Amino acid sequence: MEKRVVFRSAWLPYALLAPQIAITIVFFFWPAFQAAWFSFQLQDAFGLKTEFVGLRNFVELFKDPRYLESFKITALFSVLVAVCGIAVSLVLATMADRVLRGALAYKTFLIWPYAVAPAVAGVLWAFLFAPSVGIVTFALRQIGIDWNWVLRGDQAMALVVIASVWRQISYNFLFFLAGLQSVPKSLIEAAAIDGAGPTRRFWTVVFPLLTPTTFFLLIVNMVYAFFDTFGVIDATTQGGPAGATQILVYKVYHDGVKSADLGGSSAQSVVLMIIVIVLTVLQFRFVERKVHY
Amino acid sequence: MHYGKLGALRAVLFTALFGLAAQAQAVTEIQWWHSMTGALNDRVNDIANGFNASQKDYKVVPIYKGSYPESMTAAIAAFRAGNAPHILQVFEVGTATMMAAKGAIKPVYLMMKEANEPFDPKNYLAAVAGYYTDSNGNMLSLPFNSSTPVFYVNKDAYKKAGLDPEKAPKTWKEFAVAAEKLKASGQECVYTTGWPSWVHVENFSAWNNLPIGTKSNGFDGLDTVFTVNSPAHVAHIAMLADYAKKGWFTYSGRTNQAEARFFSGECAMLTSSSAAQGNIRKNAKFDFSVNFLPYNDTIPGAPQNSIIGGATLWVMSGKKPDEYKGVTKFFSYLSSPDIQVAWHQGTGYVPITNAAFDVTKKSGYYDKNPGTDVAIRQLNNKPPTANSKGLRFGNFVQGREVIEEEMESVFAGKKDAKTAMDDAVKRGNEILRKFEAANK
Repeated sequence: MEKRVVFRSAWLPYALLAPQIAITIVFFFWPAFQAAWFSFQLQDAFGLKTEFVGLRNFVELFKDPRYLESFKITALFSVLVAVCGIAVSLVLATMADRVLRGALAYKTFLIWPYAVAPAVAGVLWAFLFAPSVGIVTFALRQIGIDWNWVLRGDQAMALVVIASVWRQISYNFLFFLAGLQSVPKSLIEAAAIDGAGPTRRFWTVVFPLLTPTTFFLLIVNMVYAFFDTFGVIDATTQGGPAGATQILVYKVYHDGVKSADLGGSSAQSVVLMIIVIVLTVLQFRFVERKVHY
Repeated sequence: MHYGKLGALRAVLFTALFGLAAQAQAVTEIQWWHSMTGALNDRVNDIANGFNASQKDYKVVPIYKGSYPESMTAAIAAFRAGNAPHILQVFEVGTATMMAAKGAIKPVYLMMKEANEPFDPKNYLAAVAGYYTDSNGNMLSLPFNSSTPVFYVNKDAYKKAGLDPEKAPKTWKEFAVAAEKLKASGQECVYTTGWPSWVHVENFSAWNNLPIGTKSNGFDGLDTVFTVNSPAHVAHIAMLADYAKKGWFTYSGRTNQAEARFFSGECAMLTSSSAAQGNIRKNAKFDFSVNFLPYNDTIPGAPQNSIIGGATLWVMSGKKPDEYKGVTKFFSYLSSPDIQVAWHQGTGYVPITNAAFDVTKKSGYYDKNPGTDVAIRQLNNKPPTANSKGLRFGNFVQGREVIEEEMESVFAGKKDAKTAMDDAVKRGNEILRKFEAANK
């Protein structure tokens, strides 16, 4: 029996696809082309005078030390978010998998943070860590740590990483839990019979079988760190202090909207788009090879 | 007699159409995009409703479009789509962008002239109007909500430290004396500030008669460069950094986060907007005074006058003459003494006309409410010089952020004041050149 679906009609498939394609064109391709077009122009805020300047915006961008700094910040931020997110949720999932009593309660509570929008999560954590009125700030002062993220870039980075990861842990947890439960018990038992301790069993049997999940989550977390954390940054540090949390996507917004520098902002969008395309291609070509299905 | 269902239907339709026709004598609508929230939003609506009730030809529709940067962006996008509002409230750092957009705006003085409305720029407070006039003295936008930074002092904390609560420091030298005593009396946070660049760079310059940039702070040309790395500026920032190390100055952020620290009693002294007074009065559980900013008595000409912050109303181009007549009438209404007095007394923003100031003074309002006239007296301290008329730098939203970033690196101990201010000037000038190139 053929498993492929064959459409007899000549126009029906196109008609069914048309709405989705229309949306993709209007909301994705059109703005992307316009951004690319703007990136080659120098214009004032109101668009009254536009001048085609070729690659000048790009050249100026790469000469700007602030932009290169933003690259480093974004790399640091996304690595921290992905690694912390995956590590913490893996630990939690492993523990939740072994629990027998109250398993449902643990799982429910661990999943709740995902319902919170990134911007709201950012505000919540900003309040907790507020330099003058935050509860956590107060606690930190008791143990001798002077918490003032308004002035210290590393503390600001810690704040946005915590706020971003907190939310993403739930998502990763869910996938890891499902992954763990799909590991055949017989394999683990066989390893136990062979004399492998729990740690050995985990790293040599369970974790390799989790690689599809881990790989998938790695991509999702990187994309999340690159783009969806915009809400967190905007609600808390707005890229400050002194650009310590200014990730690439926030810089695009800031330069385009707040500074009305459309040429520079569009150039940054184009660069960001190229980066993500390259990253995705690399991940699928090389990391995919190590994944066991 | 039966009229029947059809007859009744016909009667209803006829009345409806007639009613519609009567309404169709169009009231010209005027769209006003603004960024006032909370109590200020209510006042804006009151003003609009008052105007609409006072005449039948025009209807002003105020719409809250988000914060200042958000509404400005929305207006720019709307303009590009051919759909701009009539009136737009733009904050002071957007002035240069609006002025350079000659095809997008309708200068207020021109609009008033074409509508044959009597309009004398001299009726407006010199310090306020000066910011928004071109080099020929023509007013390009209508001042609306203007404030200036002032110096708030916690009188109870002063008493506790053994200082005279009625004698707030007038100079930075006196300030140091007070700060030392306050710190010794156990005050955790001695001094903090809101809007660090506005207070300690822009107003520091104006109040001490120093230039912020060449070409009269950018008024006379797009080829201006920043001068905020002069020895006096560097010394001032270095002084603040030194105070930060001594625990006399606590940095609170780039906007008005510092105000909560003052009215909660945490910090004993505060420099921030005069418009914060209402909120401070509502929340502070201690006695406080409002004073002039401290000045640097080693600089000749200090104290000069401070410059304003806040926003003005710009008129967008491309509208019909009848609509501009409506806007003109609304602006005249807005500038009338009654409206200005109510706005000034209710909000803490300065009155924009001399008449409103005189009326308020004569009514004894300033005597009954001490501290409410400090802002306006500071703005009028001396007739403005080329250094204190205001500033007009392109893309100053970015420019101000650059200055604040460099200030932050000094307060965090990462850079010394001279390097930071030199970098601020270098980066700021790059932004100015980009604006100049795009607006030649």
